[in-house]
Amino acid sequence: MTAAVPRPDRPPRALPRLAVAGAPLLEVDDLKTHFRLAGEVVRAVDGVSFRLDAGEALGIAGESGCGKTTTALSLVRLLPANASIVGGSIRLHGIDLATKSDTAIRRYRWREISIVFQGAMNALNPVARVRDQIAEPIVERLGVDARTARRRAGELLELVGIPRARGSAYPHELSGGMRQRAMIAMALACDPAIVIGDEPTTALDVMVQAQILDLLERLRERLGLSLILITHDLSVIAETCDRVLIMYAGRVAEEGPVAQVFTRPRHPYTQKLLAAFPNIQADRRTLDVIPGTPPDLRTPPPGCRFAPRCPLAMAVCSEVVPPEVTFADRVRVACHLYSEGSSGEPVLVPAAATVGRA
Amino acid sequence: MSAGGAGMSAGGAGMSAGGAGMSAGGAGIGAGEPDELLRIEGLEVHFPIRRSALDILPGRHPGVVRAVDGIDLTIRRGEVLALVGESGSGKTTTGRVVVKLTAPTGGRVVFDGQDVTDLRGGAALRTYRQRVQLIFQDPYETLNPKQSIGDFVAEPLDVNGLAPAPDDRRRRVLAALDAAGLRPAEDFARRYPHELSGGQRQRVVIAGALVMGPELVVADEPVSMLDVSIRTELLRLMLDLRAERGLTYLFITHDLALAWVLADRIAVMYLGRIMEIGPAERVIEDPHNPYTRALVSVSPTTTPPAAGERAQRTILVGETPDAAHVPSGCRFHPRCPLVFDRCRTESPPLFDVGAGQAAACWLAEGGRSLPLMPTTAAAGVAAAAPSPEAPGVAAS
Repeated sequence: MTAAVPRPDRPPRALPRLAVAGAPLLEVDDLKTHFRLAGEVVRAVDGVSFRLDAGEALGIAGESGCGKTTTALSLVRLLPANASIVGGSIRLHGIDLATKSDTAIRRYRWREISIVFQGAMNALNPVARVRDQIAEPIVERLGVDARTARRRAGELLELVGIPRARGSAYPHELSGGMRQRAMIAMALACDPAIVIGDEPTTALDVMVQAQILDLLERLRERLGLSLILITHDLSVIAETCDRVLIMYAGRVAEEGPVAQVFTRPRHPYTQKLLAAFPNIQADRRTLDVIPGTPPDLRTPPPGCRFAPRCPLAMAVCSEVVPPEVTFADRVRVACHLYSEGSSGEPVLVPAAATVGRA
Repeated sequence: MSAGGAGMSAGGAGMSAGGAGMSAGGAGIGAGEPDELLRIEGLEVHFPIRRSALDILPGRHPGVVRAVDGIDLTIRRGEVLALVGESGSGKTTTGRVVVKLTAPTGGRVVFDGQDVTDLRGGAALRTYRQRVQLIFQDPYETLNPKQSIGDFVAEPLDVNGLAPAPDDRRRRVLAALDAAGLRPAEDFARRYPHELSGGQRQRVVIAGALVMGPELVVADEPVSMLDVSIRTELLRLMLDLRAERGLTYLFITHDLALAWVLADRIAVMYLGRIMEIGPAERVIEDPHNPYTRALVSVSPTTTPPAAGERAQRTILVGETPDAAHVPSGCRFHPRCPLVFDRCRTESPPLFDVGAGQAAACWLAEGGRSLPLMPTTAAAGVAAAAPSPEAPGVAAS
């Protein structure tokens, strides 16, 4: 699935002007994004690396406060005023976006990387017709006339399953699912290479969530999009992504192909997260309890940040930051249980406590 | 359980004495099953739509939203019954009727043998409010940022005049905090909401319900705002409380998988009606209503589909219709992949399909099993139920 998917419905995209030949689509290296909060530094993203290839779908998962949304906002440089990228690089076709000026970044935002936010009601303008909102970035970024842009907006609406005529509606006249579809149409307006979905289905009913995920999957195939899905919901990633990156307290805990990570999780945190997820299709009818809470990122624990909650923590875990080790099945783990040269056989975490019936 | 916990149960014993008086008073009401705690019969909640002030004039019929439209439900003592549905299914309204925050427009609610439908004001309502408590979804909205945790938990006691003596009040508050796992309770009682984590806040909300010594707890999406690693602790607390105090739960959720883990029985609601009800494992493993089966098929799973395959899901087209315009016949028929003529005109009752399971579907008549349903891997989902209002992905 990692190979470039053919794009029957659109011509090959032109690379941006400064692109480095042969460079990967997106390569994030040791990204550090910190917040300033009342004179203190919050290390929201603290050394995150990953890569996204053309046509690939990557899921970034983790609980509230693990830095997944900050990672997404860093990629499109839409960070709040008190946050800044303090280290690392974000290379799109070899062009480093982390160091671009606010003006220069506009060349890439929406045209190369676009983002679908959580909660479409807050992200859409309540007093503008949906079609006009989609047409606006087309006029702005691609410099076409308003008429052409509106026609293109109509096409985009149909692409996401909204009848063209509904484009004259205002956001409040659409249901939650339809608004989220409109948001996706907007993200596609400038024909980007990468679409980031930040909790794209979170506030939706399960059936509507299934519809939206199915839409994203179809669009990916049809347009050859590359997707980054940011979510706390592991099932969204299991169903739609090729690779998953599990974040904990601003760092990568585990990363690799979904089929590997979800069936043979190595990191104790990944194991616990999966065991805490109610799953009708599993035989198990119990949920694991993960004691404790994630650390305060103003004063993160030295060493492994999961150590205070880890049932398998050793002395070294609270002192030394675990290095990231990549195994033959392309899974990368940051955990002292898996040192360089170890077999990589998953070390199973015993269930501390469970809920439900066995 | 600590000494504090023992104090709590002593308080609870005092209340059940009051409860015994209630059931004696209600002995004339039709007897249900022997261990039945709550019975809902033909419950209807219709909200009038008032578009303009003139709508109150005679001869105007502004229409109604049929939030709950005729449901029957029984909860046994010590049972966890999950009421599962999407937004607009009427599950929250049903819960609000049980705790008497919303008045029904039809049907009745019988609690411990007594008809409480028309209970208003006075000592009887106060007693009912002690025995039946509600836990809300959002701890951030439930808690007052300027009120200490101790005062929040004491509020139901104060409002109902249950603990006039400061010593007694304090003892009961600490016992409730302790039972909700907020230990040391003295320390937590002094804190304010901003000093607590999301999981701790939800525990405070639970303590606020426990302080009344309830028998039935209506929990409306109690964990949906919480991260998975925190929510399992809360669920465990709720089940521990059932084991320790014999609590009965009406657990309202949109999450079928969570209901499957927690509940003894599951009732699936759609547009104000119960579509299927039965033992949790039966409803999940062998659903007899097409809506339940579709819900099970799209229920979130962390099991990735096999290589080169897509998940076998039945994705329904469109969204739940507005409860002001309930479709004729079976209300699910416009979205049902298995619809046939009878469904369009006649509304199916709940057919008993054995083993305590019942399904409201003409295909379940006589206990029959459902035929296979189209999935995303097969074609024809869209063709089965096109909807001009909200065409599904499958239609594109």
